[in-house]
Amino acid sequence: MGIGIRIENLRKVFDTPPPMAGRGAGFSFTPARSGRKDTSPKKFELVALDGVSFEIRAGEIFGLLGPNGAGKSTTIGILTTRTQPTSGRAIIGEYDVWQEQVKAKRLIGVVPQRPNLDFSLTAREILTFHGAYFGQSFRERERRADELLEKFKLTDRATHMVRTFSGGMMQRLSIARAMMHDPEVMFLDEPSAGLDPQTRLLLWDTIREYNRLGKTIVLTTHYMDEADALCHRLAIIDHGKIIAEGTPTELKATIPGGYLLRLRFDRISEALLNDLRALPGVTEVRSAEACSVDVYAGSGGPLIGPIVNAAVAAGMELRDVHIQEPSLETLFLHHTGRSLRD
Amino acid sequence: MNWKTFYALLARDAHVARRNLGPTLLQNLLQPLLFTFVFGKVMTGSGMMPASYKNMLLPGVMAISMVMAGVQAVAMPLITEFQFTREIEDRLLAPIEVGWLAVAKIVTGMIQAMAAGLVVIPAAWLIMGSGVTLDFTHPVEFLLVALLVAGFSSTGGLALGCSVGQTQIGLMFSLVLAPMMMFGCAYYPWSALESFPLLHIAVLVNPLVYASEGLRGALVPQVPHMNTLVVIGALTAIDLCLLFLGLKKFRQKAVS
Repeated sequence: MGIGIRIENLRKVFDTPPPMAGRGAGFSFTPARSGRKDTSPKKFELVALDGVSFEIRAGEIFGLLGPNGAGKSTTIGILTTRTQPTSGRAIIGEYDVWQEQVKAKRLIGVVPQRPNLDFSLTAREILTFHGAYFGQSFRERERRADELLEKFKLTDRATHMVRTFSGGMMQRLSIARAMMHDPEVMFLDEPSAGLDPQTRLLLWDTIREYNRLGKTIVLTTHYMDEADALCHRLAIIDHGKIIAEGTPTELKATIPGGYLLRLRFDRISEALLNDLRALPGVTEVRSAEACSVDVYAGSGGPLIGPIVNAAVAAGMELRDVHIQEPSLETLFLHHTGRSLRD
Repeated sequence: MNWKTFYALLARDAHVARRNLGPTLLQNLLQPLLFTFVFGKVMTGSGMMPASYKNMLLPGVMAISMVMAGVQAVAMPLITEFQFTREIEDRLLAPIEVGWLAVAKIVTGMIQAMAAGLVVIPAAWLIMGSGVTLDFTHPVEFLLVALLVAGFSSTGGLALGCSVGQTQIGLMFSLVLAPMMMFGCAYYPWSALESFPLLHIAVLVNPLVYASEGLRGALVPQVPHMNTLVVIGALTAIDLCLLFLGLKKFRQKAVS
């Protein structure tokens, strides 16, 4: 029971701007790929994935965490037959996604980043036709459509054309559609982007509930709290590479000290950095930019006094302090030197 | 091949086509029928054109209607579905090889083209009044030519729909469809171009020429028309080329 996923050394190089630009990094209205100007010197090349490998165990909620344009959606695109890898393999259950597409498609449900609903149909028809594509009998698809419309609070809008729906309603309908054929693996690409807090909690409950049925869930997010609250295991991805992998607890344990104090001075000197390193509980001190210092330590608030003292002793002024408790955000910062929101 | 899924894809297209029946009919038939009225009724009734022109015109109008119906039935939804909302993915994720989705679109387009063609015959007959003499003694030839015309219109729609962006729809009409209609021998027989030797040869790249001439040969064999075997051969070749090209472009666009 349950379906696992394995990806081996995936690499994806886009030679034309991807439709929806990597499905994440803003989109362009460039009308069509011409394919004629291959000889032009300004050939487009975008390395979206650069040798990504990881394994997702059967029945777990797995999160891909990273900033916009990191390669999350491209990874999901490859696993869901929508993006062809340049090299490497993606395997769902026993099927190589790009060798046995149809069999792989039967196993998966997909909630895309942007609703790709069939705008020529009503909400209910979207579900019933989806059931029909997956070979469900008339009675079965009618029953399931009713259940899912009820579950996602869309019953009173069931006969309306979806182009009149709000963003949140489209998102709920996308999830209902993905669950319509009861797939073993569900992919959700940034499912909570643009949702209000209430709908977000409903989404989390739905995901957990579906997971309890033994289904594997793969989601991408750039919200740390979401990854932390929902995922059994995580991979952090940046610039098309996996930079860390493990359970949220394991990952947080790898941050030196746990707490991160981001300090800003009027100026800094090597002597000051050395003084900071000598403070009790400090595990690492880094200065990425002029005047800014990142201090990793076992505690947060209690260090402020000694830091101020050190600054005064060195004749410098402390201008700003920001304390971050142990979190995936700190982890991301530690590995990439940038905040997720940069 | 997964027939259940294929049938469901067709059922979905049929459902959407039924919902848009009125606007679709207007869009495909109004223009050719207005043309029929002006050329087949006003011009012939006023004596500016001979009455025999009606026989010449009807198969041409039928060809244009079929081509417009088929091209638009396939190309327009595809252009919309491939834009940045990627609506097409709703069906690309169905458990069937993606090429079959394009085939389902072609079948839908062919059915709509056949329907448009069959509606034109009685409608044009009614508009033009007496003087139209259609010959239905070669039903197999007529059906074969009509099917090949429907096939060319919907495979052409597939190729166009996968090549044209949303912002270029206007260009598609003025650069592709309008010249095709004007130089498609729909309003005059191919033999009328003999006095323009260059044009006489050049229009042979236009599939509509074979459509108009083929329907002429099947419905009004008394007027000059191209040899039916040539028409069938040319249309078959065009259908196969467009099918190949359309499927290739569809696959390219379906997967990034």
